[in-house]
Amino acid sequence: MLRYILRRLAWSVPTLLIVTFLVYLALRIGTDPVASYKRVNPRATRAKVAEYIDVNGLDPNFVQGYFKWLRNFITGEWPRSIKGRREVWPALKDAMANTLRLGTAATVVGIFFGLIAGVMAALRPGGKRDVFINTSAFVGISVPPFISAIMFQLLFAVYWQRWFGESLFPTSGVYPAGHTGFDLFLMLKFMALPTLVVAIQIIATYSRYMRSSLLDVLNSDYMRTARSKGISERRVLIKHGMRNALIPVVTIAALDVGSIVGGLIITENIFSYPGMGLYFLKSFGEGDFPLLMPWMVVIVASVLFFNLIADISYAWLDPRIRLE
Amino acid sequence: MAEKVLEIRDLHVTFDTPSGPLEAVRGVDLDVSSGELLGVVGESGSGKSVTFLATMGLLPARARVTGSVILAGEQLIGASPKQLRSVRGRLLSMIFQDPLSALNPVHRIGDQISEMLRSHQDLSTSDAEKRAIELLDIVGIPQPSDRARQYPHEFSGGMRQRVVIAIAIANNPKVLIADEPTTALDVTVQAQILEVIERVQERFGTAVVLITHDLGVIARVADRVNVMYAGRNVEQGTIDSLFDHPSHPYTRGLLASLPRPGKQRLKPITGFPPNMLNPPTGCAFHTRCEFAADICKGELPSLVSFGDLETACVRARDLPKSESFA
Repeated sequence: MLRYILRRLAWSVPTLLIVTFLVYLALRIGTDPVASYKRVNPRATRAKVAEYIDVNGLDPNFVQGYFKWLRNFITGEWPRSIKGRREVWPALKDAMANTLRLGTAATVVGIFFGLIAGVMAALRPGGKRDVFINTSAFVGISVPPFISAIMFQLLFAVYWQRWFGESLFPTSGVYPAGHTGFDLFLMLKFMALPTLVVAIQIIATYSRYMRSSLLDVLNSDYMRTARSKGISERRVLIKHGMRNALIPVVTIAALDVGSIVGGLIITENIFSYPGMGLYFLKSFGEGDFPLLMPWMVVIVASVLFFNLIADISYAWLDPRIRLE
Repeated sequence: MAEKVLEIRDLHVTFDTPSGPLEAVRGVDLDVSSGELLGVVGESGSGKSVTFLATMGLLPARARVTGSVILAGEQLIGASPKQLRSVRGRLLSMIFQDPLSALNPVHRIGDQISEMLRSHQDLSTSDAEKRAIELLDIVGIPQPSDRARQYPHEFSGGMRQRVVIAIAIANNPKVLIADEPTTALDVTVQAQILEVIERVQERFGTAVVLITHDLGVIARVADRVNVMYAGRNVEQGTIDSLFDHPSHPYTRGLLASLPRPGKQRLKPITGFPPNMLNPPTGCAFHTRCEFAADICKGELPSLVSFGDLETACVRARDLPKSESFA
C-alpha cells in the first residue's frame, strides 16, 4: 500500500509537468500575456517589458520559456501580478482558504443530508417518502446555481429587509467592508447563502447516488444471509447494507472534493465571494499571467491528490480491490 | 417415529403483483422429524423455496402468509419480528443457492461466522473467533485459522458454500434448510457439499430440509421425500417407497424423465408448469397428466395415505402400477 502511494506520488510529478506545460502553452497562445502587460502599463519602458518577459518565462521559444517559468516557480521567485503589482502567493492563499471553507461547509452539509435522504428513499422504494425525495432531488439538480443563488438573495436579503426591516443574511463577501480580524459568527452568516446554494446541488446528487447504491445492496443475497442470522434489522442495514453501499459513494465524493478546490465559479461570482473561482475569473479577464499559472498548478495538484485519495479509500473500503 | 421438530400446516403464501394476487403456496402440509433428511423436490416455481422462506420469515413484507408453522413448539406465523429473530439462526437456519453472492464481500469470513455465534450466544470476541475456526474445520476447510482472516473473494465457490454451511450450523440449529445448495456448483463439488451436509446432520443430529429439483441428489442423501407441484404437496413418503413405486402421475413423470443406465430415450413431462396467476381448477397437474379424467378438474386433492406413500391424486387407486425406479 505504502509503495503504491509513493509510486502514485512520484507519477504525479511528470503529470504535473506535462499539464502545466500544456496550460502554459494555452495561456501563451490564447491570451498573449505580453500584450496584457502593455495594456495595463501603457507607459512601461522597453526595459520593464523585457524584465516582465524574463521573470515570467515568456520567451519566444515556448520550451525555453516554460522551463524558465518552472525554475522561478520552484525556487519561489514568483513574479508579481500585472495589475497592482501584488504578490501572488498571499492572494492565492486567501482565495484557497476561502474556497476550502465554503467548499468544506457545503460538502459536509451536502453529503450528510444527501446520504440521509438517499437512505430514507431507498428503504421504501416507490413509497411517498421516496417519491418526495426523488422529486426534490430532481428539482435540486435541475435548478442551476445562478437561479437559486439569485432567488435566495432576493428572499433572505431583499424581501426579508422589506418585510422585517433587516436582511437575514448578507449577499456578498466574507466580511462586511472594513472588517478586520476573525469573527466566526459573522463569517458563518456571510457563508450561509453560498453554502446553501452549493449544498443543495450536493444533496440532490448524493441522495440519488446513495439511493441507487443502497437499493442495489438491499437486493443482494448477502443481505438475506445477514437477516437469516437473526440479527437486528438495524445491524443488518448498517453493518451489511451501508458498509457496502458507501463504497462507490465515498469514491465519487473524493473525486468531487478534488474539483471543488478549483472554485465554485458561478456561486462565488454571484456572491462576490473571494475564493478560487473569483480569483480565476478576475485574473483570466485581465490576462494576468503571473496570477493564472500558480492557480493552474494548485488545481491540477488537487485533482491529482484527490484522485489518489479516491483510489486509496476505494481499496481501503473494498477488500476485493488490491492496489498494485 | 422420531419427534417432530417442524410442523407446517395449511401454509398459504400470496404475493400481490401488478397482474393480481399470485398464490405461490396453496396449502402446504409438511412435517420434519428431528435428525431426518427430508428432500423437497419440484420444478422452478413449484413453491418449494417460498414455503421455507416463509418458514424463516424472510419473505418481503408484501407477501401475505397464512397457516401455521410450529418449530419446536413455537408458532412462527404471526410471531413478532423480535421472536422471529430469536428463532432465526438459533433453531432454524438456511443455506442459500448461490454461495458466490451469499457472503458479504467486505467482511472477513471469521467475522461473518462470529456474527452468527454472537447474535445468539453470550460469547467473547475471542471465544467466538475460536469457535468460528472450529466450525471452518468441521465443514472441511483446510488451514481454518488462516482462512478465517480472509475475505469471500479469496475462496472458491465450493469453499464459500462450506463457509455458508459453517454459518448456518454455528448455533447448532434444530432444522437446517438447504435451498438448492449444490445447484450453482460443479458436479464434483456438489458431491463434496452433500457429504458435508450429511456429516453435519449425523454429527449434530440436525434435521435437514434439502430443497432441490435434482432427484439424483435426493436419491443419494434423503430419508424421506416430499414432491411439490404448483404450490401443493402432491406426494410424500420414504425414499425407498417413492422410488420403488411412485403413485402420483407427476412423481412418475419426474422419475421417468431421469437419465438412467441402459435407457435409450428420456421421457419428458409434456407441457409447462401452470401460470400461478390463474392456476387450473382441481388438481393443478391435470393439464399435463396422461391419466387425467373429468373428476380431476373438480376438487383440489389433498394428501391421502396410499400404501406406504401419501398421495394427492383422486385417481391414485385406479392407476396402473408404476414401474420401479429404485
